[in-house]
Amino acid sequence: MPSDRVLATVPLEHVLILGAILFVVGLYLALGKRNAIGVLMGIELMLNAVNVTLLGFSRFVVSPRPLDGQVFAVFIITVAAAEAAVALALAVAIYRHRETVNLDEIDLLRW
Amino acid sequence: MIDQTAVVVAFYVIAASTVACALMVAAVRNLVHAVLFLVLTFVGVAGIYVVLSADFVAVAQVLIYAGAISVLLTFAIMLTPGADRRNSETVYQGPAFVLAGLLLAVIVFVVYDTDWRIAGRGEFAVTAAELGRAFFKPYIVPFEVASVLLVAAMVGAIVLTREEADDAF
Amino acid sequence: MSALLTIISRNWYDIRDLSNLSNAILERIRDAGGPGWLVYVVSALLGAGGIVAFIGGAAIINIWIERRVVGRMQSRLGPNRLGPFGLLQPIADAIKLMQKEVLQPRVADALVFSVAPIAFTVPGIVVLAVLPWGRNMTLADLDVGVVFILAMSSLAALAVFTGGYGSNNKYALFGAMRVIAMLVTYEIPSVLALLGLVLFTGTMNLASIVLFQEKYWLPLVLVQPLPFLIYFISSSAELNRTPADLAEAESEIAGGYHVEYSGMKFGLFYAAELINCVAISAIMATVFLGGWWTYKLDEIVPGWMLFIGKIYAVYFLFVWTRGTLPRFRIDQLLAFAWKWMTPMAFINIVVVAAEVLIWTETGWSAGLLLPVYVAVNGAFAVALIVGWVRFMGPKFSRFPDRPRFYSGIDVPSLPAYRQPAPEATGIGTAPSSTGVA
Repeated sequence: MPSDRVLATVPLEHVLILGAILFVVGLYLALGKRNAIGVLMGIELMLNAVNVTLLGFSRFVVSPRPLDGQVFAVFIITVAAAEAAVALALAVAIYRHRETVNLDEIDLLRW
Repeated sequence: MIDQTAVVVAFYVIAASTVACALMVAAVRNLVHAVLFLVLTFVGVAGIYVVLSADFVAVAQVLIYAGAISVLLTFAIMLTPGADRRNSETVYQGPAFVLAGLLLAVIVFVVYDTDWRIAGRGEFAVTAAELGRAFFKPYIVPFEVASVLLVAAMVGAIVLTREEADDAF
Repeated sequence: MSALLTIISRNWYDIRDLSNLSNAILERIRDAGGPGWLVYVVSALLGAGGIVAFIGGAAIINIWIERRVVGRMQSRLGPNRLGPFGLLQPIADAIKLMQKEVLQPRVADALVFSVAPIAFTVPGIVVLAVLPWGRNMTLADLDVGVVFILAMSSLAALAVFTGGYGSNNKYALFGAMRVIAMLVTYEIPSVLALLGLVLFTGTMNLASIVLFQEKYWLPLVLVQPLPFLIYFISSSAELNRTPADLAEAESEIAGGYHVEYSGMKFGLFYAAELINCVAISAIMATVFLGGWWTYKLDEIVPGWMLFIGKIYAVYFLFVWTRGTLPRFRIDQLLAFAWKWMTPMAFINIVVVAAEVLIWTETGWSAGLLLPVYVAVNGAFAVALIVGWVRFMGPKFSRFPDRPRFYSGIDVPSLPAYRQPAPEATGIGTAPSSTGVA
């Protein structure tokens, strides 16, 4: 529209920094939470952050096939779904055995 | 499209709210509230994808993450009834915080130091048809391997959580 | 007649295409010197206002339809006290709900408890923005409209769980778990049914699907009857309507996830269910019945009025099944989804893919192929259902004393169970004294 003054576009650096912030929040969750489900939430957040970064690159950076970023992102979503299913099944199985999903208490390889 | 005013404003608003929700996931003291804030984070990230002209990935994100993985997390919480729901941190939270801060500093430095080759792509016209063609022409093998992976994950999840008692609902 | 139509077309009062009205308003704003963003915001608000007006009207009218039509189907009168034919009954229902005290249990999770009805309503309303209400009347013309609709349907599951969990009530939690199990299970057949359609039309854009139907003069229900049926059944399970409403029925689980809600919060849950039903009916009317296009009738009658008529035709189907069928158990429903609907939807996709391949690879014209496809798909749907029942259905001779819905059935092949013809004494007569059936 000719009558409005266009702000600057969103620079690539800001998208990457958003991805970085989400990644480190996910890293803090994955390393610092006591509950196994909390750790899994951190892992999912890290995968989302990686997707944001990839899609930012796909949108902005010179590339012979710019759609590769989106394909990669869809594959990451798929793998994250599979991994979440197995990880949660593991958590439920461990709970049935040990009555807890507290990672501080699940620290022995047997019994 | 990304240099229209409204889209730029939308990006910053959605980015701020997504980061806020992600921080709340770490900060709330109740595990179910944390899962709900995680759902909001997923939806916010889907909004970021829309700003980045990836509309199919955005709806796939909502469909898979907010619609299915969140339900998985919820089921996992409900199937572990005696577990601790307090969303507390381990003793490693201090080192984790420091590590996260250092990693953020390193990434920010790399982002601003690298010379990105920005393409002058005005209108990033991609439709789902193009994406589908990319899946079936160059990336057909990963596509099939992903389907095998999903079947393996399903079978694994069932085997891990199966009990020998008959199913009662 | 056509002279009259050409005179009024493209004026602001040509209601056949409401974008004429909105374009006239936007031109006034532009001529008066408004900035670009104001035009954009006003056009979005006009469209959204129209949709919300339709939603409000639909929520009110559907309450009346549910009570009156179901009552007439069950051979009773339904509400007939307030207004002619009980038409003012929904207003009385709304006033009753508004003046009730909104009880909130002290141990309930306050924020989660309050947010759940809102989170349940929003996806149903948002879906209506993606649908084409006329030729130029799509509020948000998304290229991935079909997947957007599926994504919004899957968000409803989470809203139900937050309602059930936030009530801090074990019946609510059980009901919520059942609802989630059913919703997740029935998402798969509905996705596969719509996938068959996307394969056939080659696009996920809903306006393009309607234009496809206009181009080939073919509402997609004729060429895809099995997906219509599968989507209808799985949607009625996703919407928690009878026959699949065991997770929220009063006699089943004391109301399920909305047992602790009272007053207008419960009213919002109830209205949200009706709105979701309207949204699903709108999707089915767009994709299967042609949306605003009706064989050139939409050049005389406004397309959006025909669309609303089709929405109510599909909604009548939902109300009809509600008034007729009894409720199923959870294990019956889940077995039905996994063992019947999902395999049938997969086989349907294989057949549709073969048909699309034949269509695109050979150069045969659509006028030749499409009637063949209509006949083949119809026959295939009937054959698949009958064959599946024959091979996967319950075998009567193996389970002779399982209780049945019907009596007087001729149970074959085992002489001990052959019974004489029942005397015609009306409903509810046991056919024999052997205790069988």
